[in-house]
Amino acid sequence: MTVAPEPPEPSGDAPPTAADSLAVQAIGIVKEFPGVVANDHVDFDLRRGEVHALLGENGAGKSTLMNILAGLYRPDAGEVRVEGRPVDFGSPRDAIAAGLGMVHQHFTLVPSQTVTENVLLGLDRPRFLLHERESEAEIGRLAERFGLRVPPGARIWQLSVGEQQRVEILKMLYRGARILIMDEPTAVLAPQEADELFATLRSMTAEGRSVVFISHKLGEVLAIADRITVMRRGKVTAAGIPATGATKADLARRMVGRSVLETLERTPFEPGEVVLSVRDVVADNDRLLPALRGVSLDVRAGEIVGIAAVAGNGQSELAEVITGLRPCGGEVLVRGHAVANRSASTVLRRGVAHVPEDRTSVGTAPNLSLTDNLIMKRYRQPPVARGWLVDESSARAIALDLRDTYRIAAPTVDTEVRLLSGGNLQRAILAREIETRPGLLVAVQPTRGLDVGAIETVHRLLLDLRAKGAAILLISEELDEILALSDRVDVMYEGRVVGSFTAAEADIGRIGLLMTGGSEADHAPAEAAG
Amino acid sequence: MTIRLEPRTSVPRWLSPALTIGAVAVALTISGAVIAAVGGDPVASYLHILNASFGSVGVLSDTLVKATPLILTGLACALAFRMRLWNIGAEGQFLLGAWGASAVVLFPLVPDGTPAIILIPVMMLAGMLAGGLWGFIPGVLRARLGVNEIIATLMLNYVALLWIQFWVFGAWSESGFQQTKAFPDAALLPRLADFADAVPAFAGLTVHLGLLFGLVTAGLLWLFLERSRWGYEIRLIGDSPRAARYAGIDIGRRLIIVFAISGAIAGLAGMSEVSGVVGRLQDRISPGYGFTAVIVAYLAKFRPGRVIVAAILFGALILAGREIQPSGVPAMIQGIILFTLIVADVLVRYRVRIERRVPVTAAAASPPAASPPAASPPAPSPGAGG
Repeated sequence: MTVAPEPPEPSGDAPPTAADSLAVQAIGIVKEFPGVVANDHVDFDLRRGEVHALLGENGAGKSTLMNILAGLYRPDAGEVRVEGRPVDFGSPRDAIAAGLGMVHQHFTLVPSQTVTENVLLGLDRPRFLLHERESEAEIGRLAERFGLRVPPGARIWQLSVGEQQRVEILKMLYRGARILIMDEPTAVLAPQEADELFATLRSMTAEGRSVVFISHKLGEVLAIADRITVMRRGKVTAAGIPATGATKADLARRMVGRSVLETLERTPFEPGEVVLSVRDVVADNDRLLPALRGVSLDVRAGEIVGIAAVAGNGQSELAEVITGLRPCGGEVLVRGHAVANRSASTVLRRGVAHVPEDRTSVGTAPNLSLTDNLIMKRYRQPPVARGWLVDESSARAIALDLRDTYRIAAPTVDTEVRLLSGGNLQRAILAREIETRPGLLVAVQPTRGLDVGAIETVHRLLLDLRAKGAAILLISEELDEILALSDRVDVMYEGRVVGSFTAAEADIGRIGLLMTGGSEADHAPAEAAG
Repeated sequence: MTIRLEPRTSVPRWLSPALTIGAVAVALTISGAVIAAVGGDPVASYLHILNASFGSVGVLSDTLVKATPLILTGLACALAFRMRLWNIGAEGQFLLGAWGASAVVLFPLVPDGTPAIILIPVMMLAGMLAGGLWGFIPGVLRARLGVNEIIATLMLNYVALLWIQFWVFGAWSESGFQQTKAFPDAALLPRLADFADAVPAFAGLTVHLGLLFGLVTAGLLWLFLERSRWGYEIRLIGDSPRAARYAGIDIGRRLIIVFAISGAIAGLAGMSEVSGVVGRLQDRISPGYGFTAVIVAYLAKFRPGRVIVAAILFGALILAGREIQPSGVPAMIQGIILFTLIVADVLVRYRVRIERRVPVTAAAASPPAASPPAASPPAPSPGAGG
C-alpha cells in the first residue's frame, strides 16, 4: 500500500500512547427492548490496528451493541470509552466526531447524486460553495490509498452494490473515522469483491485504524479477523479470542450453544423426468432494461438445481418469470405445459410452489394472522373453501397442524406474522409451499438473514422435498449453500447462463470467477477463495 | 429530552378499542375547550346534544334517520378502505344513487301508477346501478391506468353535484325551483309513522325502511368481508398487494368490483334518502354524508358492525349540533375526532418513549438491571440482527 504524505481529515491522529491502545472499550452494556434483553452486561474492546470480528446469530445482539457504539441507541446501563475517554453519544454525528463510523447493511446513499456529492453530503465543510474538482481529487486520493476502486464522478445508481459499499466506507474515512464498524459487509458481495474489501480493511488497520467486522459467516471471520468476540442471546460467549487457533466447530458451538452439522446428509441423486424446462427466455427488469437475455435450463424431478449469481444478474427475474409474476419471451414448460405469461394462479395449479425473495411483503401479508398467511395458496380448494365461504375452523385446524409440524414459534395462530422472527416467517412460508405438494419449488434466497439453526431447518426441508421427488430451483447468493444443496449448479451472469456444473465438478473458485464476469481461462487454482 | 416512537412487538387486544374510545374522549375535550374559549359552556352544550339526540323516542328516531345514510355510506367506505382503496367519492356516489332512483320516477322508467312493491325495488336497483357506475369509473381508471383513486373520486363528487344540478335546475325543475316535483306515494319508503293507525306509539316517528337497508347491508358486508373467499382476498390485497399477486389473485379485477360495490352501497344510501326522507330530488340532499362517512368508517376500524354504532354517534352530532350552531360546532367536532383517531392509529402500532439525556456513566453506577424476563418464544428482538 502507498503511504500518503498527509491524512485528509482535519484532525490529525494523536500519537498512540499506552493509555489509548484500546480504540474502543464497552463496559457492562445493558440494552433492553420490550420483552428482550438485547445486550446483557456486555463487555467489548477493540485494539488499535486490529480487525475484531463480532460473531453471532441473528438476534444475538451484535447489531444492537454496535448501534450503541455508533450513537444510534443509548445504553440502559454501561459505559463506552473511545480512546480512553468516556463518551455519551446522542447521535451518529457525535460518534463520527469522536472518530467512530458505522457502515450499515442498508446503504444510505442518494442514487441520483455522484460519489463525491454523497461523500460531502451533510458535512459542514465546504461551507457554501462546493469545490467539486478539489473535493473529487481529494476523495480520489483517499480511495486510492485504501484500494477503494470507485469513480468519484459516477452517480450512485450506476454503481454495483460492491462499489456502493466502497462509497459508504469512503464517507466514513473522509469524515476522519479511525474506527470503522462494518455490519455484515459481505452479505451483498461476490467472493472476489469480498477479497477486495478484506484488502481495504487490511490497509486501514496497517495505518493504525481499527475495524469491527460483524458477521455470522464463520469462514470469512477466520479469514479476516485478528480477534473474535462471539455473542449469543445478548451475552458474550467468547470475548476477544485470537483468530489463530480458533476453529469453526468451536465458534459455531459458542454461537448456537450446540454443535451444528456442517455437512448435510443427502440421498443419492436419482434423476427423474424433466419437470421444468426453460428455453431461450428473455425478460426485462422493473426498470425496463433487459434482465434475461436468452436463458435455457432444465430441472428434473428429485433434483436441486442451484443458480449461482451475484445480485442483479437476472436470477430474481428468472424466478418471477417461472412463477407467472413477470411477462417474458421464450418458452417455460412445467411438465410439458406452457406456463410463460400465464397468470400466477395458473402456474400455481400446475404445481409450482414459490418461496419468494421478499418474505415480509411478498411471501406473507405482514398484518394478517398466521392462519390467513398459511391458507394463502389453498383457500380456493376444499376443505378451506366451502362454497364461496372460507371455512374458519378447517383453516384454523390446518394452521395449528402446520405450526406444530414445522415448529413455527407463534403464540397463537391468530398472531400477526409481522411479529414473527425471520426464521419463523420462513418456516411458515416453507410449510405453506411444501404442503401444496409441488412438482416444482422455486426457492429464492431461502436462508438470507436467518441464523444457523433456522438455516439448517430450511436446508433439511428442501432436501426432504427433493427426496419426495420434487424438482427444486434454488436461487441463492450464498455460494456455500448452493454448493451444499445442489445436484447441479448453473452460473448466471448478466442475464445468461455462463456455466453449468454437476455437484462433483462444482468448484467455488471457478464458479466465483464466472459469477463476476470472468471466464474459465482466468482461473488459476491458487486464487480460489475459501 | 427526546420523544421517540418505538414499534410495538405485541398489541394487547384491549388496546385498539381503548384507544378509539380515548380518541373520541380527547376530541370532545378539545372541542369543549374551544367551546369554552368562545364563551360557551361545554358541559351544557354536550348535555344539550345528548338530550336533543337521545332524550326521547322522537328525537332518537330523528337521530336514526340522520344515521341511516351514514350507515350506508360508511359501509361503502369501509369496504373500499379494507382494500386500501381510498374511496373519497361516497358523496358523489350517494348523489348519483339519488339521481338514479329519481330517474325511475321522473323520466319515468316505469308506467305511472306502478305499485310500491315493484317501484321501490326498481328504484333501489337504479340507485345502486348509478352509484355503482360512479364507483366503477375510478375503479377502472385505477386498475387499468394507475390513476390515483383519491383524486379521481374527489373530482367525481363535483361532477355528480353538477349533474344533479343540471337536472334539478333544468328538465326536472318544478316550475323553476331547484327541486323536482314530489314523488308519488308509491315511490316513498314506508315510515314507522305510516303505521300509527295500528300502533299508536309510532305516531310521528320518521324512521323509514332505509334503516333496515343499512342493517341488512351491514350484515351482508360482514359475511362478505369476514367469512367469504372474496373477503379474504380483499384483506390480502389491502395488506400487501404484492403478496396477493403472489397468491395468484387478479388484483385489477377485484379492485374494479370492490369499487363498483362500494359505489352501489353509497348509491343505495342516496336512493334511501330521496325516497325515505326528502320525497323528491334536490341539489342539497346531502349535508356531506359521503365525507362524514370517511370518518365513520375510520372510527369503526372498517368493521361493518361498528359502522352502525359510529354512524348513530355522528347522526346524533349532526342532528343536535344544528341546535347549537348550524354548521361550525359539529363540523369542528368531526374534524377533531378524525385527527385524534389518526393519532390513536399510530399509538396502536408504536409506543411513545420519553427519554431524558442522562450521562451514561451515571446509569452504570446503578445496580444491574433485573435478570431477563422469560420472553415468549416468538418475541423478536428489535434492532438486533437483520
